[in-house]
Amino acid sequence: MMKRILTLLVTLMLAGPALAQNGPLRLTITDGVIEPITFAVPSFQAETFEAQQAALDISRLVAQNLAGTGLFREVPAAAFISQISSFAQPVAFADWRAINAQALIVGAVNVSGNQLTVKFRLYDVFSGQELGEGLQFAGTVAGWRRMGHKVSDAVYSRITGEGGFFDSRVVFVSESGPKDNRQKRLAIMDYDGANVQFLTDSSSIVLAPRFSPSGDRVLYTSFESGFPRINVLNVANVGRQQLQTAPGEMAFSPRFSRDGRQVIYSLSNGGNTDIFRTDLATGQHMQLTTAPSIETAPSLSPDGSQIVFESDRSGTQQLYIMSANGGEARRISFGDGRYGTPVWSPRGDLVAFTKQNAGRFHIGVMRTDGSEERLLTSSFLDEGPTWSPNGRVIMFSRETQGAGGTSSMFSVDISGRNLKALPLQGGASDPSWGPLQP
Amino acid sequence: MTLFKKAAVVLLMLATTACTNPDRFGGNGGADGAGAGLGANGALAGSANDPASPLFFNQTIGDRVLFAVDTSTITPEGQTILNGQAQWLLANADYRAVIEGHADEQGTREYNLALGQRRANAVREYLVSRGVPSQRLQVTSFGKERPVQVCSNESCYSQNRRAVTVLSFSAITS
Repeated sequence: MMKRILTLLVTLMLAGPALAQNGPLRLTITDGVIEPITFAVPSFQAETFEAQQAALDISRLVAQNLAGTGLFREVPAAAFISQISSFAQPVAFADWRAINAQALIVGAVNVSGNQLTVKFRLYDVFSGQELGEGLQFAGTVAGWRRMGHKVSDAVYSRITGEGGFFDSRVVFVSESGPKDNRQKRLAIMDYDGANVQFLTDSSSIVLAPRFSPSGDRVLYTSFESGFPRINVLNVANVGRQQLQTAPGEMAFSPRFSRDGRQVIYSLSNGGNTDIFRTDLATGQHMQLTTAPSIETAPSLSPDGSQIVFESDRSGTQQLYIMSANGGEARRISFGDGRYGTPVWSPRGDLVAFTKQNAGRFHIGVMRTDGSEERLLTSSFLDEGPTWSPNGRVIMFSRETQGAGGTSSMFSVDISGRNLKALPLQGGASDPSWGPLQP
Repeated sequence: MTLFKKAAVVLLMLATTACTNPDRFGGNGGADGAGAGLGANGALAGSANDPASPLFFNQTIGDRVLFAVDTSTITPEGQTILNGQAQWLLANADYRAVIEGHADEQGTREYNLALGQRRANAVREYLVSRGVPSQRLQVTSFGKERPVQVCSNESCYSQNRRAVTVLSFSAITS
């Protein structure tokens, strides 16, 4: 006990505001080194016989989600002194303090037919208080993972004070076949790689899908006609249609506006690539850049007022910001090498990008004025960052080199910690992280 | 000369796989970006010795030009090949062409698509400057999606940074 308090004090002195456990349980996520919060998740109570498996699975998923962030560390069940035998029973806090669990998550699952409900309580063990009120989520038995993700999001939010990201999906390109005849098809998965479903077949090349802000549609580039064109796909029924862009030989690199009503994209004509915007309802087009150089990979700021994009107008690929209606652009990247694929963070304070320098590729972030550039990864070929809904994690593609090179997707914290490969069968690239589901 | 041999080998490889890829002109020939198919009837018609045959165009003249890193400038070697392509296209007025631009893998996806377009367009502009009517030429880009060589060093990259003139047979009605 004494040792634990000492450890905590030392941690507090070293990490400053990173771990503030004076008073309520609270983890403030900073870029400093942090000591993970310890938590215990006894198996959730099964309120009906049919709920036994789901209760076990959901509690394991919650533990996996939290530990997977690197911000939390699980106290294994083998260390438990007391067991939880009912959701309503008073918690013996001393038993959980003794095993150094700072947070305790107690839950119960009920299954009736194909309906599943899960409820949980989160306890701050050292203050002996419940953190927030008990919550209940209802869904289907088949959708048990979503219920586990919702519990995880609530726990994450209560402890960090920030939005979660577990109950979200990622649209990406599933890859198979050799490098010179790679087959690509759109697919969608849960944030953790579970529940992969295909959205298109592989009869023509598809590239760089982008979720709409509400997650109902996906924009992507298709070679169905032999010429790159932008398609809009309805996620629910996988119906798709070509976007009527301004006239041009190639259209690609699309993204939705934050209200989902407009699309910004690149159009190529006569060797020149510029950025355009098309209103989906009126079909009106607006040209936003006019330079004779390559302008591509546009991404809107969260308030919709500005666009960050890449251009080689200086001679090499660099990042620029302009008004959402076009006009003069200011360059924000000035480091060594080339910068591409900028993506504005959901909080608005950072831009994630791909950097190429000295034969290596990096995923990095910088402030929107170009300051405080930090590289998070390094490999033969990393590219195409996408933000988690809460702006804490970035997912991207990594291609390995050589004749047998394959692509897979990774995630990394914006602190640069917790680099992880997504556990998928086969190749995968071009992730686009969707919103938290309703 | 070795370039032509390599191109011929690639052509043969592609001819065997072409049937798995629907052609942009509606279902025959074409190698989905690898740039060796013939849109007209799906076969490599004629003989390499027949100056009016597409095979002569692809193999004897050369259907592709190569580029230096991150450039779209036509090299002197490229000009020689394109002069031959222009002559052939002028002599065989029933053929059209799609010029497919490609990039090596050292670049981001979007930029490489735009770079490939720049390369294809440079070829089109050169052919037009040699008298080929622009309405017979279309350009597209596959960026880094369809390399012909798969190693990760310059010996492969130099073959992948290319613009390929893909013929299709169709009488122009205008």
